This record gives sequence, structure tokens and C-alpha cells, in this order.
Amino acid sequence: MSASVDSPSSVEPVETRSHDWIMAEAERLKAQGETEPRLARDAVSQPIINAWLEAMEETDPRFADGVAPPAMAQVWTMPGLRGSRGASDPLSGAMAMLDAAGYTSVLGTNCDQVYERYLRVGEQVSVTTRLDSVVGPKQTGVGEGYFVTTRNVWRVGDEEVASMLFRVLKFKPRARVSTGATDGGGPDRSQIIRPVVNRDTEFFWEGTRHGELRLQRCNACGELRHPPGPVCPVCHAMDRGHVVASGRGRIFSFLVHHAPKMPGRELPVTIALVDLEEGVRFVADVRGNPEDLAVGDPVVVGWDKVDDELTLPIWEVAR
Amino acid sequence: MKGTVLPAWELPVTPTLVVSTAIATRDYQDVHHDRDLAQSHGSKDIFVNILSTTGLVQKYVGDWARTVIGPEFVVRSCALRLGAPAHPYDTLSFSGEVTDDSDGMLTIDVVGRVVSTGPTNGGDHVTAKVEVRR
Repeated sequence: MSASVDSPSSVEPVETRSHDWIMAEAERLKAQGETEPRLARDAVSQPIINAWLEAMEETDPRFADGVAPPAMAQVWTMPGLRGSRGASDPLSGAMAMLDAAGYTSVLGTNCDQVYERYLRVGEQVSVTTRLDSVVGPKQTGVGEGYFVTTRNVWRVGDEEVASMLFRVLKFKPRARVSTGATDGGGPDRSQIIRPVVNRDTEFFWEGTRHGELRLQRCNACGELRHPPGPVCPVCHAMDRGHVVASGRGRIFSFLVHHAPKMPGRELPVTIALVDLEEGVRFVADVRGNPEDLAVGDPVVVGWDKVDDELTLPIWEVAR
Repeated sequence: MKGTVLPAWELPVTPTLVVSTAIATRDYQDVHHDRDLAQSHGSKDIFVNILSTTGLVQKYVGDWARTVIGPEFVVRSCALRLGAPAHPYDTLSFSGEVTDDSDGMLTIDVVGRVVSTGPTNGGDHVTAKVEVRR
């Protein structure tokens, strides 16, 4: 799971709070039930709708003529630049509680909206919020955390027009796995372990700089081989040349590397053994989500330029 | 219509897209418009806010529904599961398929993938289930 980190918090834990304390606080917030309705600052209006249409490139003609896009239900009651959700808001309360327990980071995981009807210009909605559940602690891809689920209901008068189940993961960020991290976030790529470049391998790294995946070929018998070396394993000749591979192949095997740390690298990384079309097996990192990978998937080589001297080959799933 | 595949939509994510959609949704959290503050919070850049993802998914489904079902279709619900953040210079690649068609209600499964320039980023930004009434 990667981060859609909304509103990261900088609150430091004042003390270590127990799971029992968290669950007791959660029960207290849940028992408060639904908040009093909070009225939107403004009625539904065409200019605010138009700002949405422009930004989203939304061209449904109904929305240019007095009907609001249904997903805008939430927009009308957003606190805005200077506003707040109010001290009694259960989502704010649950966030503060978990901040105090050391779960200081947050990322949105689910947002489920149901629309009873579309709103029209001139209507003024109100919103209520209640805490649905606090579940945890769970071990997740980003660290240990609690899932906090709230439920919002938007109404015009007493009529329900829309509702939303919103779930966030409030978690303790794991210590950064990479070394050489910079303040800007992400690893310092100048720390990456560099390949040994010698007479046997310099043609290969020159190729990657030019966007070519070069394979060593024995000039005596034509055998292709990788990784490069001085002697042909078939005919033992030392007369070496190379060809440029197509860069296409299929995953023979892959793994996801979580530990140990690798200088200049953000973990985890996915590393695959790929059978190239030319019949040579080749290892490199894979771009993208390992959950989407399977043995046999077609891949194509891409290029990860580290600096002017070093470009690493990296597999991309062919689609 | 079960099994019908929606045409793909490739949306380049620009700083302008991230900021204009954040402000259009009245979401003024700094991580959606201020790169320096976003980076100080540990993100690599500003990123698309959740409500904009909801809006973009419904624009994607709506463009298809308007031509295939007709102009009076109604979005009944939209359930998002959120994944990788979408940063400027990524591309959001939307695909979709009708997975149910019964009693006048279509269910459309949508995936918005992040195609990223970085070596370790990418993956699904959002997987969504959208219900559309004929």
C-alpha cells in the first residue's frame, strides 16, 4: 500500500498510550453518535460547480445548467481555507487520540459515496458525522496502525441526499528503510552501489547509456552469454563481441527484496530473472507493483538513469 | 452489457491539475498545492486529493455512460479503494469494465493506474466500483 497521505500530522506523542486506552477512547467517541448538523457556508451555486467542471474536464451538459455533480456533495461542507470541522468532530477526535498514542501518520484507504439524488443550485446542505469504528492494531505495508472509519450524511432539511463512508489508516511510520536519505524524502541516489566496469563489461554499460541492452557474443562460435566474461563457456575462445538485444522477454522468476538495506535505494524493490527472446537469462529490477506480476509475464527493458555515467536497465511489464 | 469494456483514458497529471482540482473541491490541505510543505511531510511532491479522484473516476464513467446509455444516466454510488499517490508528471491511466447489469443498474469496475517516471513508484492509484442507473 502506498501513501495517499492526507493531512500528515506533526503532533508528537506525549506518552505511550495503550491499546486499551485507544479502544476506550474510541468507544467514547462512538457513543457520542452523530454530530449536530453543520450547515454549508454557501448554497449550491453555479460558479463553484463551474470551477469543478473546468478542473475535472467534466462536460456533462446537466452540470452547466443548474445541477451539481453528485460527488460535489462533500464540497459544499468542506471547511475551506480558514474554517474548521469543529471541536466535536469525531474524525478530528479520533485523529487526535491516535496522534497521542504515537500513530502520527495518516493515509486514506477507502471513500464510498452513495447519492440519493443530485443537488440543484440554490439548495443548502448540512452534514453530520459519526465515528463508525476503530480497528487495530494492524500490521500494514507502511507500518502498524489503526483503521478509522467515519460516516457522513448530507441532508437538505431533513431529506438525506448523500452519504459517505470514509476510512483512513492512522499509522506509526516505519523507520526509513533506505540509507543516505535526504531531507527531501527519498533516498540519495548518489549512494547506489555501482557496478564494476572493466574490459569485460564496459561495452554493456556503454550500451545502457545509449538505451541498448547489449549481450556478449562469442566471435568464434556465435554463442550469446550473460553476464559478460572473458571466455566463451562453449568453445573457450576469448574473442568477444556483442549484439543488441530486442529488450523483450518473459519473467522466469522474481522476488521482492525488503531487507537488508541497500544504499541509495528505496525498499522494497522487485527483482526479476527474465528469459530474453535471444535465449539468455538476465536479472534486473522491475518497475511497478509486485502484486501485479506473475511468472511468464512479458516484459520490456526500460532505463533508470542514475547519473551521466550510470544507467541501469529496469524491467517494465509489457501491456 | 456485462463484460463491456470502457475506452481507456490517459490523463497527464500536471501541477495545474493537482492544484486546480484541489481548490475546485475546496480542499486546502498544503500537500495538494505546496510542494515545499508536501516534501517536508515526506511526500516526493504534491499529489491529487481523494475527492478529486472521486470526481475524475465519475468523469471517466460519465463520458462513456452519456454516449452508451444516454444523457439521463444517474450515478448512484461510487466506492473507491485508494493506493499509490498521483504526483505531477505521472500519468493516470483509467480503464473500466461493466461487471454487472441487472434491474436497470450497471456496475462498472474502474482502475486508475499511476504510470510514473520514477523507478519504484507506480501501481494502482485507485480501484473503484461505480453504480450507474439507466
